[in-house]
Order: sequence, then structure tokens, then C-alpha cells
Amino acid sequence: MAEMDVSSGGGHKKGPGVKKGKKLSTRVDLTPMVDLGFLLITFFMFTTTLSKPKTMEINMPYKDEKVEEKDQTKIKESVAMTILLSKDHRVYYYEGLANDPTTPPELKITYFKPKDGIRDAIIDKKKRVEELKQQGVLTGKDQLTVLIKPDPSSTYEDLVNMLDEMAINDVRVYAIVDITPVDQEFIQMTEQANPNTQ
Amino acid sequence: MPKVKMPRKSTNVDMTAMCDVAFLLLTFFMLATKFKPDEPVTVVTPNSISEIPIPDADIMLITIDDKGRVFFGVDNKNVRKSLIEDINEYKGLNLTEQEMNNFAVGASVGVPFNQLKSYLSSDPAQQKEFDKSTAGIPTDTVNTSDQNELAAWIRLARNNNPKLRIAIKADGDANYLEVKKVIKTLENWKIFKFNLITGLKAVPPGTAAWEAQNAGLKSK
Repeated sequence: MAEMDVSSGGGHKKGPGVKKGKKLSTRVDLTPMVDLGFLLITFFMFTTTLSKPKTMEINMPYKDEKVEEKDQTKIKESVAMTILLSKDHRVYYYEGLANDPTTPPELKITYFKPKDGIRDAIIDKKKRVEELKQQGVLTGKDQLTVLIKPDPSSTYEDLVNMLDEMAINDVRVYAIVDITPVDQEFIQMTEQANPNTQ
Repeated sequence: MPKVKMPRKSTNVDMTAMCDVAFLLLTFFMLATKFKPDEPVTVVTPNSISEIPIPDADIMLITIDDKGRVFFGVDNKNVRKSLIEDINEYKGLNLTEQEMNNFAVGASVGVPFNQLKSYLSSDPAQQKEFDKSTAGIPTDTVNTSDQNELAAWIRLARNNNPKLRIAIKADGDANYLEVKKVIKTLENWKIFKFNLITGLKAVPPGTAAWEAQNAGLKSK
């Protein structure tokens, strides 16, 4: 231990009644200091955080009430895919925009699984868009466009997972859009047709 | 009878080195970390592959818990002080100086304007109790209605600090409708760019993002 020699010199004269100065130990026990140190470390370990939380940047499409319907850029049916998020983490999707009321689209049901889930569906559609581009049907500027429509029974986690799938599959053009009553009808019809799906 | 006397060794361990290590570790934690911000509710955010860190300063934090309650906070003490003064003026709440200071040093709040005074005048333990049962800040899809108090908070906060960036921290199980109301409120104030706070998850192998990541690594 760090020793400091503060013991009194023993050279005093012995007078009557003077007690002999007892030589006290100069060894300081540092164990409590170490205890304190570790207590403080534990406190800081629990109440602070080393990493800053991560964020996901979202850009919503610019909305201006003055812009008229016809001036907004039109999305081509052949590059579009609509994804509907519903309850219990279900994902319904169909190709195109369902603009034609006479031919209702076929809704397919899937989930956020890594295999045979919505990711494979997006990769499939992306491949088909690439094929159309190679055939010359689409120009180089056309890219897979995804419309994400969450319905009132979906959760925030579904939305974040879907936006994450956009990043994972490198889909650059996507938008979060309000679900239409027509889409909700499609969901209901599909649910009635397949009551046993998990 | 033992012939050899066992040599006695000292049992005192020299603790100096241990003490040094302890204080070194302590100094590291004190300098390299930041205190976790005090939040009124615990929110479990969903995970994403995004690695963009949250910006350091000038953040407006909108927290949505799993029941859909909305809480609001900004990070700078001075901005909070001038924000609560503006709110006081705008809504005529008659907050005392003490209550306004209480707001300035606090974290996110989630009470409607009519309960704000009683919330700020209570001590931290009572505030925690309040936070458990509060209904959060009322929100709506239209910014002009009086129902939409979040719109007022956002507008006044941006008046006080135009550089504020919006971060939304919502629980994974929060219903989409509440999140939609918050997003619509932001869009009505022409805020189209914001951040969603998420946890980190690994990029799944075999996907486009994974290839992009590996291509970046190979070229280095």
C-alpha cells in the first residue's frame, strides 16, 4: 500500500503522566474504495446507453390541394403492385392498380415470412418488370412502383416491416396511400372465400 | 512432531491495481455514454435494417405507445422553455413560473391542455402515476379543429426552432389509425420528411440490400 510515514518520532522526553505515543498503522485498506468504484460503474452501465437509436427516413409524397388530379403523374398499371396490410399481420397484394372496375384483381394472401412471403412476391414482380423492360415494352425509366395501403386493423409494426421490405428489395418508388372502400371490399371478399387461412 | 515450521505468508492483497481499473472503467462510462432519456412510457419499436443514427440535436420526438396515446417532447431546454411560454399565451393556461420551469427540465408530456397545469404542478412521482392513466395528447386528421392539440404543439415548437427534425417513436403494436393521424397532422403542416425510430436488425442474406452491402465491402 502507499505508505506515508507519519508516525511521530519517538524522541520526546518522558515527562510525568505523558503517555507514550502509540505507533499507529499507516496501512489504508482500499477495499471499500473499490466497492464504491464498482457500484458507480454498475450505476452508469444501467442508466446510460452507448449506441444512439437508429432511424428510418420517410419521405411522404408531396400533397398540395391545389394540384389537380390530371396533373399528377400517372402510374402505369404494368409496373404497379398494390399491397394491403390487414389484421393479424396479413398481407394481401395484387398486381396493378385495380383501376378497371370490370375486372377485379385476384388478391393473394401472404405474410412477412422470409420464404414464400411478401418478399418473394416483390422479387418476382421486380423480375417481371425487368423482363418487360428488356422486351422493350417499358422504357428504362420505368421502375417497380409499390402502393402500400394499410387498413384500419393493421399495426404500426406491419407498416415498418413493409417499408423495410422496400429497402431490403431495393424498391425505390413506393408510397403510403389511404385504403379505398373498394380495396376493403376486396379484403372482405377474400376473407370470406378463405375462412381457414391462419 | 513437525520439524519444518511452515513459513507464514501475508494474506493481505494489494488493492491498488483493482482500484485503478475500477476508476478507469468508470471514467470511460462517464465520458463515452449518454444518459437514457427519461420517458413517460416504455415503447418497444419495431426493427428495420436502417442504420442511420438519430440526429444529435434539434429533435422533436413524438412518442406513440401501444394503446395509441400520443406524447410530445423536444430536446433543448431553452426551446422547451420558450415553447411552454408560447403555449401558455396561446391557450391562456395561467401557468406559474415554477410550472413552466418544471416543463423545461422534464421529458415528453402526454396530457391535453386542460390537464397540463395540474400535471406540471405535481411532483415526479405523481407525474408518473398520471402518465399511466393519461389519454395522451388529442390528435385528429384535420389541423384546424380544436381537437387536434398535437397540431398546436408542433406549430409552436417549429416557431421556436425552425431547424427541428421530426422523429416518431411508436410501439410495434400501436394501431395504424393513430399513427395515420400523426402523419396526417404533419402533412397538413407541410412536413413530408421525418424519421421513424426503429431497432436494428441484420440484412437478410440473398436480397438486393445484402448484395449492395457486400459489394460495398468488396470494393474497399
